[in-house]
Amino acid sequence: MKTSDALRAIYPELERRIVVTIMGATASELYALGHRPNFFYLEHAMGLASSMGLGIALSMPEQQVIVLDGDGSLLMNLGTLSTMARYKPGNLLHIVLDNESLLSVGGFPTATATGTDLAGVARAAGIPRVTEARTVPEFQKAVSDTLRARMLTTIVAKVEAVPPASYYMDLTLLENRFQFWRHLQSLRHSSPSPPAAERVG
Amino acid sequence: MPVSITNSKLIYDGLKACDVRLIAALPETWLVHLIRMADEDRAMTLVRVAREEEAIGIAAGAHLAGVNAALLMQNHGFLAAINPVVSLAFLYKIPLLMLISYRGHVGEKDPWQTQGGLVTEPLLRALNIPTWQLSAAHDVARQLKDAQTLAHASLTPVAVLLTRDLMWEDG
Repeated sequence: MKTSDALRAIYPELERRIVVTIMGATASELYALGHRPNFFYLEHAMGLASSMGLGIALSMPEQQVIVLDGDGSLLMNLGTLSTMARYKPGNLLHIVLDNESLLSVGGFPTATATGTDLAGVARAAGIPRVTEARTVPEFQKAVSDTLRARMLTTIVAKVEAVPPASYYMDLTLLENRFQFWRHLQSLRHSSPSPPAAERVG
Repeated sequence: MPVSITNSKLIYDGLKACDVRLIAALPETWLVHLIRMADEDRAMTLVRVAREEEAIGIAAGAHLAGVNAALLMQNHGFLAAINPVVSLAFLYKIPLLMLISYRGHVGEKDPWQTQGGLVTEPLLRALNIPTWQLSAAHDVARQLKDAQTLAHASLTPVAVLLTRDLMWEDG
């Protein structure tokens, strides 16, 4: 499965949710499908997209947060799995697009290319629901099932290491940051839900 | 354990007065009472991280979601978190209120803390991070509030160094 096809298949679900992506191919492919004010592309700080997603999910328990992570990024911050598992926010979906490669810097193989099983690592870290997908229909079903389940889930989707048509995004980092922040504030103010700082876990 | 409970409470109350709702923390000796207070406070979301880089991401997420966050870490944890301080917090103009226990400075008995103690202030200066040293109990609440005010006005990280004078009670 190609990253672009995987993201296209779930775009209707992403469209309405708070989305945090890693940099590189994933960000470019999502941007090419259509930017939304509820999409944040973390264009550096590799490994921390899931940590940002956790911070948002714990702060806005009434909102669904979806993180688009990668194998290279997750391998840089495996501790995030144990931290997410510790607090288990049911409104956090952690998707790992595993292309077994540091694609954006030239395609160097990551440890998933030589046998590291990120789904197994996630399970062992205590993530309550872990699924794997190898085809677009499997992936689409895994995402829609998870969004109904409202349980912290890591989906590891095996994707081809194919670069995007273009890495260009006509969006400055700070424009994205302030637009995203303002969008989240509008969600807070329109929400009838209890205060966001409620304790979780 | 001669970590000051009284002054830990002053710091915790100062954070509450700043409307801090989420604390991302990695424990160390000087921070045990602060972390326990956060854990016992039903109105506080405490996130215990495996490594301090995560805490920068979590606090950034909380900020974008409109929640005031604070970080509790040792200065060696700050050293571990420098990349995301630079390439997340500074890059994206995210305010951070970083409370850093200042180990390895004057009075330190643990040899393994000393090298980090020597480089903490030079690194904070090199990174252009506004830094306060908290050493006087009577001024803790004001200094924390001032630190948070600057962080929010400048949209940058600020560091509050928790000193031995404040945190430690030698018996």
